[in-house]
Amino acid sequence: MKVWKYKDDINTDMLFPGKYTYTCSTAEEIKPHLLEDLDSSFSENVSKGDLIFAGKNFGCGSSREQPVVGLKAVGIRAVVAESFARIFYRAAINQGLVLIECPDAVRAYSGDVDVELDVDNGKIVVDGKVFSFPKLPDEIIAIRNAGGLLPYTRSKLKEKYKSYS
Amino acid sequence: MSMTFAEKILAKYAGEKKVAPGQIVTVHPDHLLTHDNTAAIIQKIPNELDKYGVYSKSLSIIVIDHVVPAASEKTASNHKAIRDFVKKYNIENFFDVGTGICHQVVVEKGFAPPGTLLLGSDSHTCSYGAVGAFSSGIDRTEAASLMLTGETWLKVPNSIKMTLNGKLPPGVFAKDLVLHIIGDISASGANYCSVEYHGDVEQFSIADRFTIANMGVEMGAKNSVFAVDKVTTNYLKSIGMPSSAYDLIYPDEDASYVQELIYDVSEIDPVVACPHAVDNVKTVSEIEGLEIQQCLIGTCTNGRLSDLKIAADILKGKKISSGVRLLVLPASKTIYEAALRTGIIQTLVESGAIILPTGCGPCLGAHQGVLAPGERCISTANRNFKGRMGCKEAEIYLASPATVAVSALYGKITDPRGEMKK
Repeated sequence: MKVWKYKDDINTDMLFPGKYTYTCSTAEEIKPHLLEDLDSSFSENVSKGDLIFAGKNFGCGSSREQPVVGLKAVGIRAVVAESFARIFYRAAINQGLVLIECPDAVRAYSGDVDVELDVDNGKIVVDGKVFSFPKLPDEIIAIRNAGGLLPYTRSKLKEKYKSYS
Repeated sequence: MSMTFAEKILAKYAGEKKVAPGQIVTVHPDHLLTHDNTAAIIQKIPNELDKYGVYSKSLSIIVIDHVVPAASEKTASNHKAIRDFVKKYNIENFFDVGTGICHQVVVEKGFAPPGTLLLGSDSHTCSYGAVGAFSSGIDRTEAASLMLTGETWLKVPNSIKMTLNGKLPPGVFAKDLVLHIIGDISASGANYCSVEYHGDVEQFSIADRFTIANMGVEMGAKNSVFAVDKVTTNYLKSIGMPSSAYDLIYPDEDASYVQELIYDVSEIDPVVACPHAVDNVKTVSEIEGLEIQQCLIGTCTNGRLSDLKIAADILKGKKISSGVRLLVLPASKTIYEAALRTGIIQTLVESGAIILPTGCGPCLGAHQGVLAPGERCISTANRNFKGRMGCKEAEIYLASPATVAVSALYGKITDPRGEMKK
């Protein structure tokens, strides 16, 4: 497991350049361009289970969801940041990508130290120090547990139309 | 029971008497805006659309504006898929290539009356606070879900009270003001919050308010809003909407804000956001003289008639610098026609400007004015991120239409106040 460390204000153009917004939408199309203008080594070297640590306002800018779809598709286990931009945060819930807002954990990470993550219990251990992060509201957990917003919506629609028939 | 604007409107849509920041509410927005990304959105849910259809044919507003006319077979096919979808499901509010930039179209066609709730799969959906609506950006997946169900959840945001006192000096515009604020509070200064503008706001036209509300997302805001006043009602009357057609929602005087900021706008200078962040704001005088190769006037931030007129007044009877390309995009067909009627287009073309079709144009780097490595562009757009205009080795500077027009004249970044006094 590798930790990818980035700074404050990583915007969606850095995560996925705008020039591809209307030509790439599937995970396979997105993957090669992921973080292209930020870190050209990322898409080739990322592996399933990796973590991203970042500063403030991660995911600011455009509402394009390709960064989230791409990070989920390459197997990023969670993005841990000091804070997130709101559309990115919603998009992550909708794709089932785990985001953790925990400024202290980010500040404690100095590179080349052990990191352990326990999402269900809201705990992250960085270099032996334990940090906790708040549990998400039940409404949001329900979406994540369904595997993202579309599976959640599908099951709601099924239920709704079943009661009509 | 005192509430902010955001709390009142979300209480209304949640069917509750009172809501508080942090509370999650289920809402049915009045409209859902999607644009060229409609093609990708409907591709997510073909089976569901087949089986259940759309929730409502009047919910969606679809505007093709991002890559128009189509730049490639792929974008052309996307546009075609959208037209087919619109036809198949009788989508009522569809605006094809050439109508305008989606946010301008929404406001201009009267889809965002005060007191309504709109969501859109575009981050600059926050613009409709200019006319007193609550509007916010969402992603494509959520737009797909809304098309099917008509509902989603929203977290009631904390609100920031932004009080603007005094009068903007000559040569300083709404764009300078909002960039100044973003430079001050940072690109995350209003994260997750609703920004309410108070104070001496009657000096700001709907076009000015549009610019300010539009840039709300660049400070992280969920929405930004100007309460309805005489300026709003006059504008709405001009587009055929009487005041009896909408709800007036005002924040309570004793509402509770997470932060209160006060600006004396009479002290603001012309500013630019320097590469590669919108909050990297400097006064024009700090970087004056920097050579530029491209100038852009347009986009959802600054492509309205008053913006084009400011540029035309500056450029009338003059020629832009020979080493510079000046690209101009009216934000809608309505604006384009008015600019033609009033001679603004002729003035701009005679000065050396290239008029591009109404739409988003080069703002997002897909076509129509992509930059080369080492080039600099000064633009009225809302983002200067690395790579934004198609090239990561290029630089983008954000400024008011006046600063961009005067800079085009001299081929370098120039304070507009000298030229405007002549």
